[in-house]
Amino acid sequence: MNVTPLQLCLLFSSALFCIGLAGALSRSNTILVLLGVELMLNAANLNFIAFWRFSPSPAASTGVIFVIFAIAVAAAEAAVGLALVIAIYRHQKNIRLQDATQLRG
Amino acid sequence: MNFAVQHLWVIPACPLLAAAISFSVPRQNRRVSAGIAIAAMIAAFVFSTFALRLALANPALHQTFNFGWFDVGDSRVELGWLLDPLTAVMCVMVSFVSSLIFIFSLGYLKEDANFKQFFGYLSFFAAAMLGLLVANSLLLLFICWELVGVASYLLIGFWFHKPEAAAAAKKAFITTRIGDLGFLLGLIWLYDRSGTLLFFDGGHGVLESSVLSMLAVQTTIGGLAVSTAIGLLLFCGAAGKSGQFPLHVWLPDAMEGPTPVSALIHAATMVAAGVFLMARVYPLMSADQAFASVPVHALTVVAYVGAITALMGACIAVAQNDLKRILAFSTVSQLGYMMLAIGVGSWVAAIFHLLTHAFFKALLFLGAGSVIHASHHEQDIRKLGGLRGSMRTTFVTFGIGMMALCGVPFLFSGFWSKESILHAAHEWDGSVVPFAVGLMAVVLTAFYMTRLMAETFFGRSRSAAAEHAHENSRVMTVPLVVLAVCAIALGFIGTPAWPWLQSVLTGVRIESTSIFAGGALMGVSILLVAVGIGSGWFLYGRRVRSLDTAPDALGRLAPRLFRFLAERMKFDAFYAATVGRLNSIMAILADGFDRFIIGGFVSAIGWLGELTGNINRATDENALNSGFNSVSERIRAAGKSYSRAQTGETHGYLRVLALGFVVLVILVLSGGAR
Repeated sequence: MNVTPLQLCLLFSSALFCIGLAGALSRSNTILVLLGVELMLNAANLNFIAFWRFSPSPAASTGVIFVIFAIAVAAAEAAVGLALVIAIYRHQKNIRLQDATQLRG
Repeated sequence: MNFAVQHLWVIPACPLLAAAISFSVPRQNRRVSAGIAIAAMIAAFVFSTFALRLALANPALHQTFNFGWFDVGDSRVELGWLLDPLTAVMCVMVSFVSSLIFIFSLGYLKEDANFKQFFGYLSFFAAAMLGLLVANSLLLLFICWELVGVASYLLIGFWFHKPEAAAAAKKAFITTRIGDLGFLLGLIWLYDRSGTLLFFDGGHGVLESSVLSMLAVQTTIGGLAVSTAIGLLLFCGAAGKSGQFPLHVWLPDAMEGPTPVSALIHAATMVAAGVFLMARVYPLMSADQAFASVPVHALTVVAYVGAITALMGACIAVAQNDLKRILAFSTVSQLGYMMLAIGVGSWVAAIFHLLTHAFFKALLFLGAGSVIHASHHEQDIRKLGGLRGSMRTTFVTFGIGMMALCGVPFLFSGFWSKESILHAAHEWDGSVVPFAVGLMAVVLTAFYMTRLMAETFFGRSRSAAAEHAHENSRVMTVPLVVLAVCAIALGFIGTPAWPWLQSVLTGVRIESTSIFAGGALMGVSILLVAVGIGSGWFLYGRRVRSLDTAPDALGRLAPRLFRFLAERMKFDAFYAATVGRLNSIMAILADGFDRFIIGGFVSAIGWLGELTGNINRATDENALNSGFNSVSERIRAAGKSYSRAQTGETHGYLRVLALGFVVLVILVLSGGAR
């Protein structure tokens, strides 16, 4: 079976995504859940880069710009997420995600 | 000269200003208030004297100053000032007597708590009275006429904590109002016919020949000339104000006010306003004289009413025991005399008597006030007595006033003015009744005044208060002396030998005649005065009663007549039984109508409103509210069921997300997404 570099990249990013998803779903520590989310995001970023690199016209750096924007947004999102973690800690003296159910309907 | 007439308002304005100041200063400013009131009155007197000088320069002329007050549609209501000898002489009299009485009040009301208020009222009265005198418009005269009525009401009820005083004030106000209704009707009728209410207006005024001849030829119901009807309506007002029969009942009760008030308002000035009004509108009253065909002449009615009043007042005065009541009925009787004089065609004699009466009656009232003040407000003559020795000045001045009122010949002013009225009545060709009544009243006047003098000043003191009485201070005796001098001196301005007043008032020079011109008549009246005083002295003076409970001398001779007179000829009882009863029945009817019909109607409307309100609330609560409530309940239930999905479990959300992703992947891989 002949595997192209693009397929390799896609396989790798799929693995990364699955690891991230598994981590996000299985961890009760909020920070670790955030880490999982971050992994899934980066899997997506990897896809962008791979499709751009092996596209017919890689000269226009569209994929890179897209990823840079996504990273910037992810950084901001991480800042908000960590601030939420601190707030949760102050409120319930731990950061177990299962305990943070006060906003339920 | 016109400048002075234009500024004639200054005369009433002086006391008006004093009244305004009196009312606005604090209550304890007694000296300020009294001082300003007296100063303003003296200023008014000075101005009046100037006005008199101006008027005397040309007595036949009526100097006027008219101005528009307001416009109604295309007609214009005009007011104005009038300066002629009648106005000027009256102004001088009113301001002079007022000044003296103000000064007397300083002593009389020394201890009263409302001293300041009293001077405010007095000044207000004086302002209204002087305004009445200078008015050149029947309307302005009517306004001031009502204002003096208000002042009279306030002053009669000055001691309002006494129920009798409050009742007397009310009685005076209501009784005069009955007459004023006639006055107002006459005024409106006159305006309707002539289009103006000015007395003199360069030929167009209501007292000038063009209007008068127009009014005299028109006739109304019963063939009465319009001028007669209007004149009689105006006379209603005059009768109310001047205490003429049958509206005299308020005047004796008005004596509940402080004595200076009785002297000023209910003897000297205000009650004379009716006589003044009749003298002022005399051309109107006499306009029908030229027509013999009319059923009755206005002046004939005036003469008979005056005659009845003169006789009735004098009769009732004979049997009264209250010092001030006797004088009050005497005032009623003398006002009847003046009306009689106007009725028989001699308004000049009426004004002459008005002037002399103002002085000697003010003197008598102030004398009575002096007696009352000295004997601790004892005014029952049965309980006085023996004051001759202890109150020398009051005795002498009161005696002068009494002799002036009786008409003791030659020296006293009352004699000359009464003489001129009797002469006029004698020469009247209408009937002999007024003349006869006048002669009878002469006897009665002399009789009751002698009784009053004997009971009050002679004999022994019949109560502790009278025993300890002593002469009052100078502030009270000096006005008495001044008035006593006037009561003598004033007679000489109108004697047949020097008919100055008559010439001035009519504006025609009257030749002087011998002082004994009407010899026989004068002899008769002197004889009658002597009879009156003699019989009075015979009954009361020879042996003055020694106990206050002893029966009256006349009461012993004719007990039933005496009781009838003492009850004021039962006028008050009669009015209480007829007019008063009618009034209470009407009041009950009106009350019932108000309470049940109008009140029922109003409460029915209220009940209706309450009913609709209740219906409204019921629909609101049951129909509208339940609809809204159920809709909201549904929405809330829906929201609740949706919110069950929001578990708050973040992992749950992630799981759903992952599941969705897996479903998406499967769809893509199976090619379903294309």
